[in-house]
Amino acid sequence: YENLMTVLKNISIVFNLLLCTHPFKKCELHRLDQGPPTQALLTREQGLKYYRTMQTMRRMELKADQLYKQKIIRGFCHLYDGQEACAVGIEAGINPSDHLITAYRAHGYTYTRGVSVKEILAELTGRRGGVAKGKGGSMHMYAKHFYGGNGIVGAQVPLGAGLALACQYKGNNEVCVTLYGDGAANQGQIFESFNMAALWKLPCIFICENNKYGMGTSVERASASTDYFKRGDFIPGLKVDGMDVLTVREATKFAADYCRSGKGPILMELETYRYHGHSMSDPGVSYRTREEIQEVRSKSDPISMLKDRMISNNMASLEEIKEIDVEIRKEIEEAAQFATSDPEPPLEELCNHIFYNEPPMEVRGTNPWSKLKSIS
Amino acid sequence: MDKIRNEQIRGTVKVEQFGDKAREARLRWFGRVLRRNRGYIGQRMLEMELPGRRRRGRPQRRFMDVVKVDMEMVGVKVEEAVDRARWRQMIHCDFQLLQVTVRDALNQAMDEELERDERVFLLGEEVAQYDGAYKVSRGLWKKYGDKRIIDTPISEMGFAGIAVGAAMAGLRPICEFMTFNFSMQAIDQVINSAAKTCYMSAGLQAVPIVFRGPNGASAGVAAQHSQCFAAWYGHCPGLKVVSPWNSEDARGLLKSAIRDDNPVVVLENELMYGVAFEVSEQGLSKDFTIPIGKAKVERPGNHVTLVSHSRMVGHCLDAAAVLAKEGIECEVINLRTIRPLDVETIEASVVKTNHLITVEGGWPQFGVGAEICARIMEGPAFNYLDAPVIRVTGVDIPMPYAKILEDNSTPQIKDIIFSVKKTLNM
Repeated sequence: YENLMTVLKNISIVFNLLLCTHPFKKCELHRLDQGPPTQALLTREQGLKYYRTMQTMRRMELKADQLYKQKIIRGFCHLYDGQEACAVGIEAGINPSDHLITAYRAHGYTYTRGVSVKEILAELTGRRGGVAKGKGGSMHMYAKHFYGGNGIVGAQVPLGAGLALACQYKGNNEVCVTLYGDGAANQGQIFESFNMAALWKLPCIFICENNKYGMGTSVERASASTDYFKRGDFIPGLKVDGMDVLTVREATKFAADYCRSGKGPILMELETYRYHGHSMSDPGVSYRTREEIQEVRSKSDPISMLKDRMISNNMASLEEIKEIDVEIRKEIEEAAQFATSDPEPPLEELCNHIFYNEPPMEVRGTNPWSKLKSIS
Repeated sequence: MDKIRNEQIRGTVKVEQFGDKAREARLRWFGRVLRRNRGYIGQRMLEMELPGRRRRGRPQRRFMDVVKVDMEMVGVKVEEAVDRARWRQMIHCDFQLLQVTVRDALNQAMDEELERDERVFLLGEEVAQYDGAYKVSRGLWKKYGDKRIIDTPISEMGFAGIAVGAAMAGLRPICEFMTFNFSMQAIDQVINSAAKTCYMSAGLQAVPIVFRGPNGASAGVAAQHSQCFAAWYGHCPGLKVVSPWNSEDARGLLKSAIRDDNPVVVLENELMYGVAFEVSEQGLSKDFTIPIGKAKVERPGNHVTLVSHSRMVGHCLDAAAVLAKEGIECEVINLRTIRPLDVETIEASVVKTNHLITVEGGWPQFGVGAEICARIMEGPAFNYLDAPVIRVTGVDIPMPYAKILEDNSTPQIKDIIFSVKKTLNM
């Protein structure tokens, strides 16, 4: 094996393709005899792609933070920074033809599922160039095989089970990734979904992103059992380090294979952390210490960890990484420029899209003489 | 084995009932006998009394006895036999229009739509192996199997969400609530996940789902099982809400709902499931749909307009029949759709009759009748009203159990008649 690796490494240097094997800590398992592999292969191309995606997400969220403080973004804004490894790892573990649904902390997933930063920021600022034409906002962004962006805590889990039912019904070998948080994990409808998914063997990967706090309540204060990967009871589960993109990728691949083989649903708990508060109106320090946040940032930041790993394995140089950072910064600046300069949606569009595929109809305005037009 | 009723077979092949045909033959012969020359033996036999002692027991029925009953049934008199053409016309029996119960109409509509589109499927409690809690989905599981007809555990919020998710992925689910009272547990999925999604996504994500089930008061099921949700669902943009009355409504509206690309709530009525109505040949065709958003004038009239939906339409028609005897002609409108409301039909009627009464089973405050009043006031028909609009509604209380109390908690025919006379100042 050692010789093979040396040979490969030598060949790869010639072909500018660097490999690294990466051992990571074993996942805790529930009702599973075997977990995902404890080693993963990362090519240079993959490494750079994951780095770029995570860094773009990070900068995008920080830009959103900036715009919110300038009052250009209003309402709800739930930021994803710190949890990038989850979104990128999951996307790497499934196919674009698979389905994904999550809750309101959705900007990251909107990006990994194919929507440009420009369209995301423009939706946050409520402009016509937004992915939902400014009608949805932070919590309601949609794309092909990405079903939002859902505002009601926990409601997306039965929806995800339904998407999995459709995959099973059509027999297309696709799976549905259904995400929820540690706060939502106590919702009754999630257990109803577990029951039906297990009963009918739906190809659904339930993923609990445990960032240790549901708004301002820590997991110890909210849940009688904080072993979220075991809460599926009859559904097999695994607990995964959500700050390491490779671990998440391998675990997702494992879970997707499990579902595709017709064994039914599976539950994954991703241990992760969010740097910002629950939303922009939450400073995030009244229920946790600044030291805690700082410690995670310095020891377990997903982007830093990947960068260090790649540099120490000679897969990329510091200059290359810096170059990528500059490119990303420029991209985000341009997107923010678009998002602040794009005009707001026209008033004529106020009543459009109430229905799908419907002839034009009249909608009552604020007073009886105001008759507004609606087309779908 | 399929259970097909006699009426259905007869209706399909257009054959009259045997007894009716025999009656027609008797009366035809009778007319012929009467028209023959005086002294014709047949005529003498009609009145002849047999000589001799009568036997013991009940006297045998003679031809005249039978014919007398026949004539009464058909509504002709002996004198009318002189005019052959008219006699023949009056005694002619037509094949009866097919009588279909509302339950069978819903069943057939679902059966036909399941056959027509592979993406349609039904899920709900007891819809499969139990044949439906109210037998509306009888026979469907046997025909289509586990994949298309799905029995769910008792988890309304869960399975309603699953149905909405399946609709988002491109299937066309029919989600049955055993009664709409239980839909309250799942109402978040109906409103926030289904109704609002097309708008929030600016048209990117459609939700072609149907929520159906019995709504409103039943018989003796008490407060928690008797609420009418027409006003609650009718309040929300992004939803279409229909409320069929008779079998034709049920067939046409359910088919339209299933074929619609948007979330539709179909409010059926448990007490109407067993009621049979005549359905025209057109109404039985596989592509028969009733457009959502159009009301129907069930009975034209000049003096007062009665607007109603679901079971109360029947009450309005009964009240109209009673009032007609006193010379008051009511125009009865069957709303068919709660949202979008067909105000134009109501307005056109009010322009003609100048008096409007709304009749509904639900509670008065913020109800269907309240909305109609507001719309009429805001529109051109206001100037044609000779009296304020009257709402006849259910009593503003949770539904009691005892029969006498329950009977007095929803509008009765006498309430409608009373309101008509009040508004007409009689």
